[in-house]
Amino acid sequence: MMLKNAFKYVGLRGISTSRPASAQLTVRDALNSAIDEEMERDERVFILGEEVAQYDGAYKISRGLWKKYGDKRVIDTPITEMGFAGIATGAAMGGLRPICEFMTWNFSMQAIDHVINSAAKTFYMSAGLVNVPIVFRGPNGAAAGVAAQHSQCFGAWYSHCPGLKVVAPYSAEDAKGLLKAAIRDPDPVVCLENEIMYGTAFDVSDEVLSKDFIVPIGKAKIERVGKHITLVAFSRAVATCLDAAKELSAIGIEAEVVNLRSLRPLDFDTVMESVKKTNHLVSVEHGWPQSGVGAEIVSRMVEGPGFYYLDAPPVRVTGADIPMPYAKTLEDNSLPQGKDVVRVVKKILNVQ
Amino acid sequence: MFSVTLRSLGRQVHQQNKSLAPLFTYSKNGLNTEASFDTKPFKLHKLEEGPSTSVTLSRQDALKYYKDMQMIRRMETAAGNLYKEKIIRGFCHLYSGQEACCVGMRASMRSYDAVITAYRAHGWTYMMGVDPAGVLSELTGRSTGCQRGKGGSMHMYIKNFYGGNGIVGAQQPLGAGVALALKYQGTDGVCLTLYGDGAANQGQLYEAMNIAQLWKLPVIFICENNGYGMGTSVDRASASTNYYTRGDYVPGIWVDGMDVLAVREATRFAIDHCATGKGPMVMEVVTYRYSGHSMSDPGTSYRSRDEIQEVRQTRDPITGFRERLLSTSLATAEELKDIDQEVRQVIEDAVKRAKADKEIGLEELTADISCNPIDTRVRGVTAFDTLTHRRLGPAVNNH
Repeated sequence: MMLKNAFKYVGLRGISTSRPASAQLTVRDALNSAIDEEMERDERVFILGEEVAQYDGAYKISRGLWKKYGDKRVIDTPITEMGFAGIATGAAMGGLRPICEFMTWNFSMQAIDHVINSAAKTFYMSAGLVNVPIVFRGPNGAAAGVAAQHSQCFGAWYSHCPGLKVVAPYSAEDAKGLLKAAIRDPDPVVCLENEIMYGTAFDVSDEVLSKDFIVPIGKAKIERVGKHITLVAFSRAVATCLDAAKELSAIGIEAEVVNLRSLRPLDFDTVMESVKKTNHLVSVEHGWPQSGVGAEIVSRMVEGPGFYYLDAPPVRVTGADIPMPYAKTLEDNSLPQGKDVVRVVKKILNVQ
Repeated sequence: MFSVTLRSLGRQVHQQNKSLAPLFTYSKNGLNTEASFDTKPFKLHKLEEGPSTSVTLSRQDALKYYKDMQMIRRMETAAGNLYKEKIIRGFCHLYSGQEACCVGMRASMRSYDAVITAYRAHGWTYMMGVDPAGVLSELTGRSTGCQRGKGGSMHMYIKNFYGGNGIVGAQQPLGAGVALALKYQGTDGVCLTLYGDGAANQGQLYEAMNIAQLWKLPVIFICENNGYGMGTSVDRASASTNYYTRGDYVPGIWVDGMDVLAVREATRFAIDHCATGKGPMVMEVVTYRYSGHSMSDPGTSYRSRDEIQEVRQTRDPITGFRERLLSTSLATAEELKDIDQEVRQVIEDAVKRAKADKEIGLEELTADISCNPIDTRVRGVTAFDTLTHRRLGPAVNNH
């Protein structure tokens, strides 16, 4: 009897698909595995961009890939964003599955016509004939000390446009699953990563490490369950919210943290379900306030049934409305930190 | 003596600069099945040798090219009229005068070669396989239009034809990308990437040419030089108007774009170059557009009516071709008249359909935004309007 129970226990453990962490994975390695696995799976997938091949990637995201796959599939480009983004888009129209890396999303402005007019709109304009299965990816938002021209968040700009899908991973699990989903997707996908997060390691389950691990595009994740207030964020701002939630927990306020994971489609249903429970909403992002992602979230909340679940106005926490300065103190005060979110939550909940 | 007769026949033809040395080869029913002609010399850039200036034309091809050019001419005239009747809206850029370019190029293309161009695209759309009714109905927003009315004048597509592009110059790197795909997939296909003299100054052209040369992409960058970028003549827009040399390290050919046979020959040469892995090539085809830049432009404020008349009378691609066919007995005047009639009928029927066919339905407002829609709810014009995404098109890259 005891033996039978023992076997039963071992058997259950053997087939368990729950989440015991079996490894640590950095966001960088998560992205690297995603690209590697998808290139192995589908011959049409290839990556191009500045320094992706022989340099192993400006941020080492594509480390080892050129050595493994060679010149045909891992291609260094000249410093000509408009040219290579257009070429990548044309290659996708012609049946390949390119991954076009922008060294940072700031440089995508030189190529934005191709992301929007050539990639995003073509399926609609062609009445469903020519789909464009391309992934544009790279680090988005502020890094550290890189000043105004290298620090912009493009979440609002790209999520504005129909025809594009926009993902914004936070964790290693997000990064791997969303990038794999993006590469497999037959539509153009913008993947907004974050340079500061590249080196952060996360505990991941076996499932995450498997070759078919996908995180569905357009579905948010509850990173932390709470009941007093909903904090919504994407990418690095999720960390800001988790920091704030920790501090708030110490004073008895349990914040629910929603990690959007995707900006388009934006999983507002999950936000709504959360606010039905908490009755309070704070949107947190690192990008600028005017016409930002938070503006969209808050608008959706108040123009629909969400309005009636709110016990206080929904509020945004964002980057300051300034170009990013260089000096450390100034830079630190340009972006929201955990303490800023705590301050806002207390104000909304009328707590001293 | 025989050659003297030939030469005097040649002189009767309205050919301003073309040398004409027809050579009869085989005669049947008084008609020849083949004839040879000389084209204007090609100008070469970074090429040791170029296309042959001596070209042979079969009767079969002759009738086909004639019919195609006439079809495009009439179709564009019909489009112009529909626009004046306000049944076509927005932009409408006519190809009249440039027919020899797309007809000549298509003649040398293989079935798997690709084409991408800008917005003066109706002639190309027809040559790539959309019938005139499909083109005109697209212009009038009918569901029988080649894009069901979703695209309009500047966004027409069919297999191997990537539009129809509205942003000047965007098609330049896109075309190089299509070429990359053709090469990557192991075919010897090439992509003909067309742009105008105005777009020839776009930075992205040089970015695309740089990469094409480095990676040996099978792309032919073709400048359809009609002398004007909207209202700006080439001299006022380009520091160098030798567009066939603008590729610098990319070899180039200058072609008389009013001569369908010269265009065909040059294209054959260029395709051969690209398809044998030598990298890209530039082609400048010198042509002319009779109408203004678009239907909003009368086309006479920046050029004289005399200039337009002169081209019509001395360099018209269809007239010149017709005279070649008649003078070499490749066709009779009757035959050509029959073709004219046939073409007129096809276009008349197409116009009728473009006016009478059903307009695209409102339910297609939210069709085909994405190939794989994740959330099928689409917001309409207010917070209270939720529409549903539909999937209708075949999505060629979804497998």
